[in-house]
Amino acid sequence: MASLPPLPEGLVAFVKRDCPTCLLVEPVLVQLAKQAPLTVFSQDDPEFPDGLDSVDDTSLEKSWHHQIETVPTLLRVKDGVEVERRQGWHRKEWEATSGIDGLGPGLPEYRPGCGSLSVDPNLSSELAVRFGASTLRSRRVELAEAEDEMEAMFDRGWSDGLPLVAPTEARVLAMLEGTTRSADETVAVVPPDLVDCTVEKVAINAVMAGCKPEYLPVVIAAIEAACTDEFNMHGLLATTMPAGPVIIVNGPIRRRIGMNSGKNVFGQDNRANSTIGRALQLVIRNVGGGRPGDVDRAAHGNPGKLSFCFAEDEEGSPWEPLSVTLGKDAGVDTVTLFAGEGPRCIVDQLSRDPDSLARSFAVNLRTLHHPKLALAFDCMLAIGPEHSRIFRQAGWSKQRLLDRLGELLQIPGSELVRGADGIAEGLPAGVKGATLPKFLPGGLLLVHCGGGAGLFSAMIGGWVRGSMGSQPVIQEIRP
Amino acid sequence: MNRVLLDPTSERSPAQRERLPRLDTLEGKTVGLLDISKPRGDIFLNRLQLELEKRGARVERFSKPTFTKPAPVDLRHDIATRCDAVIEALAD
Repeated sequence: MASLPPLPEGLVAFVKRDCPTCLLVEPVLVQLAKQAPLTVFSQDDPEFPDGLDSVDDTSLEKSWHHQIETVPTLLRVKDGVEVERRQGWHRKEWEATSGIDGLGPGLPEYRPGCGSLSVDPNLSSELAVRFGASTLRSRRVELAEAEDEMEAMFDRGWSDGLPLVAPTEARVLAMLEGTTRSADETVAVVPPDLVDCTVEKVAINAVMAGCKPEYLPVVIAAIEAACTDEFNMHGLLATTMPAGPVIIVNGPIRRRIGMNSGKNVFGQDNRANSTIGRALQLVIRNVGGGRPGDVDRAAHGNPGKLSFCFAEDEEGSPWEPLSVTLGKDAGVDTVTLFAGEGPRCIVDQLSRDPDSLARSFAVNLRTLHHPKLALAFDCMLAIGPEHSRIFRQAGWSKQRLLDRLGELLQIPGSELVRGADGIAEGLPAGVKGATLPKFLPGGLLLVHCGGGAGLFSAMIGGWVRGSMGSQPVIQEIRP
Repeated sequence: MNRVLLDPTSERSPAQRERLPRLDTLEGKTVGLLDISKPRGDIFLNRLQLELEKRGARVERFSKPTFTKPAPVDLRHDIATRCDAVIEALAD
């Protein structure tokens, strides 16, 4: 922190022309200047107040260092030290501080002031950088004169293939305003390099991803969930399968930060959906060192590995939200991380009774990864509003649908064994006489989302389940 | 403006970590063979073990609980303290 610039002795006032109270007290300042040593610092116009020789503080240096929050502010300085501070116009207070009676005849007794420019939210981060208040610890990367900023970030390997927002100190400080956590707090140990990741590093990558500060707590929670042993981000990177982290957001924060749970829910356009998932992937890439071709060995990958993040449509759902199914209280902000591939549409425009629609879901779910593989993979079934309406009207609970799908997805081993249907892929011959479920208990998750028109749902296939694969992980979002 | 950026990476030193000197002989040395638990890794390692033992090395076998996760800290410590060298069988 730079040392405090000294203030002149006597009375000191901070004003700006763009403040009705400052305009109101203009004659008071003139009156004071005639009777006492007075220095006026003007934040926006050095010619203001008229008739006084004010000091130009358009750099806001004095205002910022002396933590002026309101204009007008009247200070009394004695032996270089501020001994009194009055904010706004209050005749009795100003008279007491100045020791001069009869100030501002004809003016009202009291008028509140306006915000000081030095605390303007649009300026405060820039000012903190300019005046050396930043406590950020990350290495500074100075770009050469001729380097293009965008190209420089690509050249350094920071990008996922799309342009990045340059992580300047001011932008990172502004991003950090989105959380109450301190910048040096460790969020998680990020695979594959197993690096301690601080809130500051998350904020840098969130800036690059294009996040707003209010998304930061969601990004942090997603990283916490992704870096658990249960979620197994290391294995998810290293696998040759296409899955990546899918983030589902529940709770009031969805609406507060404007997430999309409706039309085109898995698609482009919504800033929060598009950038929160991207920020998680950038942290994995840049902090954890998980890059395609290195530890990320995906044979095909999927476009969701840029960002796959969406909110559940809780309001339109006939059922409890995913977060409640996974054990959290209703109304709690959460992220759920699911290791999933790209979504695939399930069309059924004709079913009007719930059993028919459940059967449609089941025959589609049977094909997940391969119709002859069972037990090994989880799935997230994203049910659209026009489909959920059919279950609502019939009074089917979420559990009833899950139970029915469980019944419909009992598969004779004879259909699954290697060689059956002339297909080598399948399960070992030993299962021939058994009946196997497609999904293990808890392996099928339901979420409600999508636009209000279209008799469609979607399935998001998982990666390998269980202790050697990935389990869905829910994490509360802390401010 | 915007000419100084904050490093988004782990800031690991770009310098490579130095490797230990190469063993000048296998005679009397302990070589660890780490199976990452992918199918058929054991076949490859069995063959390696025969070849190493022919050259006078003592072989210790290790395996990761699952190939999808990094080796546990204890296992890494065990290998480091008991072996002069380690060979890892990566995949099927």
